Amino acid sequence: MALQGNLRDFTVTQLLNLINLANKTGSLLIQGPNAGARAIFREGKLAFAQLANENGSLPAVLHLADKITDAQLRTLEQRAAGMSDKELGLLLINAGYVSQEDILESLRSYFTDIIQQLFTWVEGRFKFQDDQDIPEGRIPVRIALEDMIMQGSRQMREFEQLQYEVPNLDMSLAFTDRPGVNLKKVNLNVEEWRVVSYINPKNSIRDIAKTTQMNDLEIRRIVYGLLQAGLVKLVRPHGAPTQLEGLQTAFPGVEREEQKGLVNRLIERIRSI
Amino acid sequence: MLTVKMVVTGPFNAGKTEFIQTVSEIDVVSTERKISSEAERVKETTTVAMDFGRITVDEELVLYLFGTPGQKRFDFMWEILSEGMLGFIVMVDSTAPETFREARNILEAFRTFSPTPYVVAASKQDKEGAWDLEDIRIALRLDDEDKLLPCVAVDKEAVKNVLLELLDSILKELG
Repeated sequence: MALQGNLRDFTVTQLLNLINLANKTGSLLIQGPNAGARAIFREGKLAFAQLANENGSLPAVLHLADKITDAQLRTLEQRAAGMSDKELGLLLINAGYVSQEDILESLRSYFTDIIQQLFTWVEGRFKFQDDQDIPEGRIPVRIALEDMIMQGSRQMREFEQLQYEVPNLDMSLAFTDRPGVNLKKVNLNVEEWRVVSYINPKNSIRDIAKTTQMNDLEIRRIVYGLLQAGLVKLVRPHGAPTQLEGLQTAFPGVEREEQKGLVNRLIERIRSI
Repeated sequence: MLTVKMVVTGPFNAGKTEFIQTVSEIDVVSTERKISSEAERVKETTTVAMDFGRITVDEELVLYLFGTPGQKRFDFMWEILSEGMLGFIVMVDSTAPETFREARNILEAFRTFSPTPYVVAASKQDKEGAWDLEDIRIALRLDDEDKLLPCVAVDKEAVKNVLLELLDSILKELG
C-alpha cells in the first residue's frame, strides 16, 4: 500500500529516514505549493530524482556541473535530441568529451541538489509507492541517504530560523538611507548583487526569487544578510493597500471630514482622562 | 452609536494588559489563565484570548482597546483582532532583548494584516536595565519615521501619550 500524507505532519527528513532505515524500494512523489518532484529509491539508496519543471537531461546536468561548455550544450541539444541519456553518455565517453566518473559525479550532484531543495518544502503532499521505473533511457545512480539526511536536517534548522527572520516573501525591499554607506564599497558576492539589482518596492521578495531562480531558502538567506547589514529594509509592496485605505475599514461609510472629526473627539477624550 | 477599536499587541510580558487597565473606564475584561509553561513562568498569569477595555467619548462614539495574547501559540487570534482596527500599538519590554525579534515579527505580521497607522511603545522604561530607545529602534529595524515612544504601562500619562501619538498619526494619514 502506498504511503501518503502531508509534509506538515511528516517532513521530508522523516520520509528519507524511513526509506533509509527500512531499505525501501519505490518512488516518492512530492507536490509542493509551487512545484513537484519525483525521487526513486532502490534498497534505501537514492537512484534518480527529477523536478517537475526541469527536464534534467544529461546535457543540461553536465552543463550545470561545468563539464561541457555553452556551445557544446547547444550542439548536443540540436544534434542529440532524439538520443537517450544512456546512448548520449556512451557517445560522449567514446568521443573523449567526458569520463564515466564525470557523468556519474554530475548526476549524483544534481540529484543530491534536488533532494536538498525538498528539505525546504514544508507544505505539500507526498506519496511513496512501490513502482521504481526510472524514465526510459535515464542513468540511475546509487547514493546513500545518511549524509543527505544530516545535511538536510542542518538546512532545515537554518530554513526555520530564516523563515522566522524573514517570514513574509510578499513584502518588498527598499534601500535604507544610512549616511556614509556606499553599496559599491560593500563586498557582495554575485548572488547578492543579482538580488540587489532587482530591489525596488515594485518587486516583492517572491518576484525577485522567481526572476533570479532562487528557492525560498536561498532568497531568505540573502535578504536576511542584507537586512542584518542595514543595507535594505522591508516595505509594503507597491500597489498594496495604503494606510489611508486601511483606515476606511475602521470607519465604514463615514466621509473623510467626519472621520477627522471623530479622531479629534477621541483625542480630546483621551486628553481628559 | 459608532464604535472604533485599537489593538495593543506585543510579545509575552510586555505590559499589554496593564496598559489597557490604566486607561480603561471599565475593569478590563481579561482572559488570563495560570501559565502552564515553566519557561514562561516569569509571571503568574497570561492572556489567552484577548483583553478588552473601553473608553466612552460620548453617547455616539466609543473606543475599544483590544489586547492580544502574548504567547506565540495564540497567534491565530491576531488576524481576527486586527480586522477593522483604527491603528495598533506594539509594546516591547525594554528590559527583555530576547523578545525584540518576536516584537519585530509581530509588527510585520500586523502591518501585513491591516495597513493602518501604528506606534511602538518601549515599556518598562523605568526599570533597571531598560535599553535606550535608539538601541531598541535599531534592534527592531524601525524606520526613522516610525514612532517609538517610552512607556510605563501603569503610568496614566505615559499611556495617554502613546494613544495620543497614535491618534495624531491617524489624523495625519486622513490629511
